[in-house]
Amino acid sequence: MKAIVSVIGMDKKGIIAKVATTLSDIDVNIEDISQTIMQNYFTMIMAVDLGESKLNFAQIKDKLTATGEELGVEIHIQSQSIFESMHKLTTNTKTL
Amino acid sequence: MYTNNEILETINMVSHQHLDVRTITMGISLMDCISDSKTKTCQKIYDKIMKKAGNIVKVGEDISNEIGVPIVNKRISVTPISLVSASSHGHLEIIRTLDKIADEIGIDFLGGYSALVHKAMSPYEEEFIRSIPEALSTTNKICSSVNVATSKAGINMDAVALMGKIVKECAYLTRDNDSLACAKLVVFANAVEDNPFMAGAFLGSGEDDAVINVGVSGPGVVKSALESVSGDLTQVAECIKQTAFKITRVGQLVAQEASRRLGVSSGIVDLSLAPTPVVGDSVAHILEEIGLESVGACGTTATLAMLNDAVKKGGIMASSHVGGLSGAFIPVSEDAGMIKASEIGALNLEKLEAMTAVCSVGLDMIAIPGDTSADVISALIADEIAIGVVNTKTTAVRVIPVYGKGVGEYAKFGGLLGRAPIMKISEYSPSKFISRGGRIPAPLHSNKN
Repeated sequence: MKAIVSVIGMDKKGIIAKVATTLSDIDVNIEDISQTIMQNYFTMIMAVDLGESKLNFAQIKDKLTATGEELGVEIHIQSQSIFESMHKLTTNTKTL
Repeated sequence: MYTNNEILETINMVSHQHLDVRTITMGISLMDCISDSKTKTCQKIYDKIMKKAGNIVKVGEDISNEIGVPIVNKRISVTPISLVSASSHGHLEIIRTLDKIADEIGIDFLGGYSALVHKAMSPYEEEFIRSIPEALSTTNKICSSVNVATSKAGINMDAVALMGKIVKECAYLTRDNDSLACAKLVVFANAVEDNPFMAGAFLGSGEDDAVINVGVSGPGVVKSALESVSGDLTQVAECIKQTAFKITRVGQLVAQEASRRLGVSSGIVDLSLAPTPVVGDSVAHILEEIGLESVGACGTTATLAMLNDAVKKGGIMASSHVGGLSGAFIPVSEDAGMIKASEIGALNLEKLEAMTAVCSVGLDMIAIPGDTSADVISALIADEIAIGVVNTKTTAVRVIPVYGKGVGEYAKFGGLLGRAPIMKISEYSPSKFISRGGRIPAPLHSNKN
């Protein structure tokens, strides 16, 4: 499954490193990454592929939530189909 | 691809604007469970529902987890029980079975303790309807509805007269809980067969063996989107339309995925904007954002008409099949803005009735004094049903004559059902009209004025 990881919170050192390490440890591949800082708020969006991971979606989500708590930022992971459904007139995604 | 701003917009809709999918409801036909033995019918019903929907809660939670959008309720609707139990007269045994099933599966409501008597009641259907108060006051999760009129058949006034008494009896039997049973009973005109929303959900005879119908929500999202619109009403309507499109696409995705995982067909998406008592999830506040000091002011019917139409226009393109009730809901007790407007005297029963002419679904979750007579309730039902019949639309009445309480007091239900300030209702007697009985003929559908 392709998913979007979003990280939102106060900016500090090492956020990207820590999130990338968590994902790498559980065999989740990062395919695209972009980040910006708006009024001290750090926002990072990653497109990831969960295909190689041995963990299921709920377990991956738990890992990221734990990392988010350590860093004091909010981390979401959502199937990309939700964004495609909402923001594109035609979708390629037939299922999640 | 979508942009980062679009991703953040979606996340924001969930975390700050209460975007959710209100319900995935599995409609299950019980036609093949009918038998002349009560025990056998109940056993077949138990086996069929557990087989089809045993997993619905887990599937709903998994999908919700993966897309990051809450799916608030998982529910089941069934073939009207008056049809299923006609051969065995086992309606009360069936309802106990259904309540047990609802508990075991972990759903919050199961709808379909229903009868369709829009033209006439058979003797058994009358017996069935008379069992509704006992059914609703001795079970927790069962919802009931009675269709008393259609635009083609007219209004069955014998059924309307009976329903006034049934509502009163429901109120009395649950007098210790602010007459809660009335919140689980809907009287319909032009009831739809694929409605996913409670309390009026049942699965019609024209439907598939098992089908997933989804009800979306999102008044908070529409209100937030409108906050940035300073333009004229064309721009307001356009903004509502675009927002409704996005909300409905979520419902469409969930409908497809849930039906795939549960192995049943995908039915419809119901476009209704359904409020909750939570602050920021109110239909009333959308109308106020458009420019009313309070809902209930002159202009309420016009703004609501525009909202309802724009939601449909946006939603219809977003979904393969639209159905159910599809419009803005205006349940008084379930909408923080409606509650406030009633409290300050800005919104009354008469204005609510006018509002129901332009939106779905009717006089919904309205508390009235406990000493209101059955005839007055029947006449209130008749008025609302007439609006539906003449305008060829679904209307409904879910009214609570709160036992032992009067104007100025509250019916408090908690949760999604919220709390309702008891409203004043005309006390002039309609008794002669109601006691006449018979049928109001179907209206003319040409020469419309």
